[in-house]
Amino acid sequence: MWSPRRKGTGVTSSPSDGTSPSDGTGRSGVPASGGPAARGSLPTPGPYDLAVIGAGPAGLAAAVTAADSGLRVVLIDASERPGGQFFRHAAPGLAPRNKPVHHKRATFAALSARLAAHVRGGRITHLLRHHVWTAEESGPAAGSEGWTLRHVLVDGAPAAPTPADGIRVTTARFLLLATGAYERQLPFPGWTLPGVVAAGGAQAILKDSGALPGRRIVVAGSGPLLPAVAASLAEAGADIPVLAEAASYTGYASRPGVLARNPAKAVEGVRLAADLLRYRIRLRTRSAVVRAHGTDRVEAVTLATLDRDWRPVAGTEVRIACDALAVGHGLVPQLELAVALGCALRTAPDGTPAIEVDGQQRTDVDGLWAAGEPTGVGGVELALLEGRSAARSMAAAFHGSGSGRGRDARARAATARRRRFADLMATVHRPGAHWPQWITEDTEVCRCEEVTAHDLRRAHELGARDARSAKLLTRAGMGWCQGRMCETAVTCLVADAADGADAADGDGSAPLVPARRPLSCPVSLQDLADSTPSADAGPTATPGASAL
Amino acid sequence: MRHRAEPPSAEAGLPVRFAFDGRALAARQGQSIAGALWDHGVVAWRTTRGGGRPRGAFCGMGVCFDCLVTVNGTPGQRACLVRVAEGDVVTSQEGYGRDELAI
Amino acid sequence: MDLVVIGAGVVGAACAYYAAEAGLSVAVVDRGPVAGGTSGSGEGNLLVSDKEPGPELELARASLRLWIQLAQVLSSDIEFEAKGGLVVAEDAEQLAALREFATAQARSGVAVEEVGPGGLHDREPHLAPGLAGGFHYPEDAQVQPARAAARLLEAAGRAGARLFLGEEVTAVTTTPEGRVSGVRTARRRLLTGAVVNAAGTWADRVAELAGSYLPVQPRRGFVLVTEPLPPLIRHKVYAAGYVADVASGEAELQTSPVVEGTLAGPVLIGASRERVGFDRRISAEAVRRLAAGATGLFPVLAQVRILRVYCGFRPYLPDHLPAIGPDPYVPGLYHACGHEGAGIGLAPATGLAIARQLTGAATDVDVGPFDPGRLTEAAGARPGRGS
Repeated sequence: MWSPRRKGTGVTSSPSDGTSPSDGTGRSGVPASGGPAARGSLPTPGPYDLAVIGAGPAGLAAAVTAADSGLRVVLIDASERPGGQFFRHAAPGLAPRNKPVHHKRATFAALSARLAAHVRGGRITHLLRHHVWTAEESGPAAGSEGWTLRHVLVDGAPAAPTPADGIRVTTARFLLLATGAYERQLPFPGWTLPGVVAAGGAQAILKDSGALPGRRIVVAGSGPLLPAVAASLAEAGADIPVLAEAASYTGYASRPGVLARNPAKAVEGVRLAADLLRYRIRLRTRSAVVRAHGTDRVEAVTLATLDRDWRPVAGTEVRIACDALAVGHGLVPQLELAVALGCALRTAPDGTPAIEVDGQQRTDVDGLWAAGEPTGVGGVELALLEGRSAARSMAAAFHGSGSGRGRDARARAATARRRRFADLMATVHRPGAHWPQWITEDTEVCRCEEVTAHDLRRAHELGARDARSAKLLTRAGMGWCQGRMCETAVTCLVADAADGADAADGDGSAPLVPARRPLSCPVSLQDLADSTPSADAGPTATPGASAL
Repeated sequence: MRHRAEPPSAEAGLPVRFAFDGRALAARQGQSIAGALWDHGVVAWRTTRGGGRPRGAFCGMGVCFDCLVTVNGTPGQRACLVRVAEGDVVTSQEGYGRDELAI
Repeated sequence: MDLVVIGAGVVGAACAYYAAEAGLSVAVVDRGPVAGGTSGSGEGNLLVSDKEPGPELELARASLRLWIQLAQVLSSDIEFEAKGGLVVAEDAEQLAALREFATAQARSGVAVEEVGPGGLHDREPHLAPGLAGGFHYPEDAQVQPARAAARLLEAAGRAGARLFLGEEVTAVTTTPEGRVSGVRTARRRLLTGAVVNAAGTWADRVAELAGSYLPVQPRRGFVLVTEPLPPLIRHKVYAAGYVADVASGEAELQTSPVVEGTLAGPVLIGASRERVGFDRRISAEAVRRLAAGATGLFPVLAQVRILRVYCGFRPYLPDHLPAIGPDPYVPGLYHACGHEGAGIGLAPATGLAIARQLTGAATDVDVGPFDPGRLTEAAGARPGRGS
């Protein structure tokens, strides 16, 4: 049991002097451990000046930048290593010996080194393998301003147990959401067969375990991730017979100015194109996998040409043998905490919800910032820029000062330029209105609860009009993943029909309404029951709370 | 059939031994269960509770829960997140994975 | 149009169903989808066990009989299950209080049977050891509430009712004499002489649109939903404190464990009560207490994971009784709302009573105690029109 500092005992007044986290250690009564796992960080539960949720590019950049400015930071992430999905990497010794799998290696190496230095210096406490399941405003009754975060360890025993493993609650004055994104999936017949994997998933398992799902892998879907996935799978030895992109890359040409103002993006595109050439990967745009074949695992896929609204064109089907398929249709921001905290959201041009932020990454909730994919999918450079920008804004708020105007203006201009490119990308790859035409009645849409398109179309007849009512009538989205895999498809299938579609096909471009998921991840009843009582728990709070 | 992206590097150290549904298998140090099973050509280790259909890793990042597996008797573990440890007993998960609780 | 029902939750659906069956021409209007409000946030309780002898118990018993009939008529996917309730006591004092409560209920015709401490585990093998005993209520039942609402509306549709979803009622119009003449939405005008306010927790706004008043307030409750599990809990099992919590009018957080399995697999865990307005933010404290209560009753759940937490807003009226019947001020306006946590259970009897009132037939149950007039009179004065 720990005791948060009462309001006015220093939590809001003194930035870290950088000496050590000794004050927190003494108060919490956790002995300083000299074990290898401690790595200089001590499991103080706070209060911290800043809690950063997510150690991907945005969170990492924000944490080190804020620590540079003297803030005491806790960085919480579900992975065992920093980097998020983009900088995901293997355990030491497991990394491929040749060329690194990921780009921007130098950027990540620099961020990692700064993180390690701050952890050693006690300015950053890095809670690995912790998943935050809820964030609450602490309120005056809790004895401190700011935020109370509750977290649990992710599955599996830790390779190297640390004293921090036992921490289940953290308090901080400021909070940055850098929770990343997960892949958007559009179902098709056979997509639940083993060997059909998410494109980003195949890349993730390749990056952290050096493994491939098969030897001949079709890559399909839509979005800028696909060429990178195809190249890294090929580099690891897979044969990639085709890369099918549902959109048309000519969409980028509709705004040439945006591309010209983002030379780095153009260079990246050229490099990826070169990679595709090098590995002899055939790129087929305006094409989609409309069926995966097989019984116990995928054995082949049917590819079809799409019209501009993603309607499969009859007679264009070709069958391609393969033993794996990597498929994805862009990313969906991970917004559980943002929705739970009531942040204002917007609909991004790709139809996904995103957090509304100002030029300093502030949300409309006091003390709450957001950076990276949760503010709208935009890729690694934008995430890094936003993370740094958020950190400067938080440091200025913390010290009660303005920050360097000139630098801020330049950073804001760079961010705005990247954001315009991200918006263009999002527009190009937004699913077309008629993709539901490739779904058959017996296509399983909800993988967890095994709910078919037929069930959902029937639910629409019964009065379901959104993902929530469809869930209540069919159980789609009620299973382990809580709808994260099927939410886009369910939304589209129960939406009122798009122009020119059958009523049964819904609207493939229907925007995704942010789901309420007050629990960000599954938590055992034991962990919930053992969570620290709220200080303002009310009249029947347990005796333990009186110590607060 | 092995789908190994890279031969084990010299610094990867000794292989980690584990059991999967009664088979003795080896993994590389630090691999996830999903990655280790892929290396052995295994792409399914769960059956659904409705249709009894095979499933394995899908999202690869802990979001979809399709890769649930029983590790050392604990059901409902995400194979894409759990690292193989020496001597682990990994078993395919059927249906709920908690049938012993049924009354 | 003989009747427009505002609200496509289970109460509105039941009103539409019985009115359409009685031959009235009916339209149902809702700003959202089917069961988009509190109906979609409940466990689907059809309970007699938690009600003390009195008008609400009589309504519940009549309603349960109707649910049994509906289960024969509607699709089996409403998951009607006469699972029975089991109320458990931790100590002799709680047991004595339960016994007194159950004895009074039995005199009103409720089927109830005392279960000794040794018998508890025959009925619920996973119950914690050391409980003092309990009472079994074989009549308690459950439905899947959203599907029940959808299937009632579907059946009403077969009898001619029309359904307008995603259309918010913007006005309830009246004649110069003050009688209801119709409702307006952004898309249409529906002419009718009768409007049923079945807007649940939002019924105060509909009353206001029509120029009347109803003091409905939200009483928030959280439900925890586990991972899918094989059948391991047979009954709706709850602790003795639940009955007192239901009857209380406290605004502060109250929790008492209520645990039950579902046909679909997950175990549902309630129940919390607090009046905090329409605040949807999770209360970690409420969740903590519900989890502790559930694992206290069923230690086997400790390692089971909760996948989902959701909250709902029970439509609360100050005397815990629903408002069923004609509005005292606006002729043609009827209320069918304010059922608090019992709306699923009480819906059919409410719908049937409204249909009977509209057709001038006698009601099966005495709905006098639910007369909306009691609330407006208690409030002191008729509100001003057209504000």
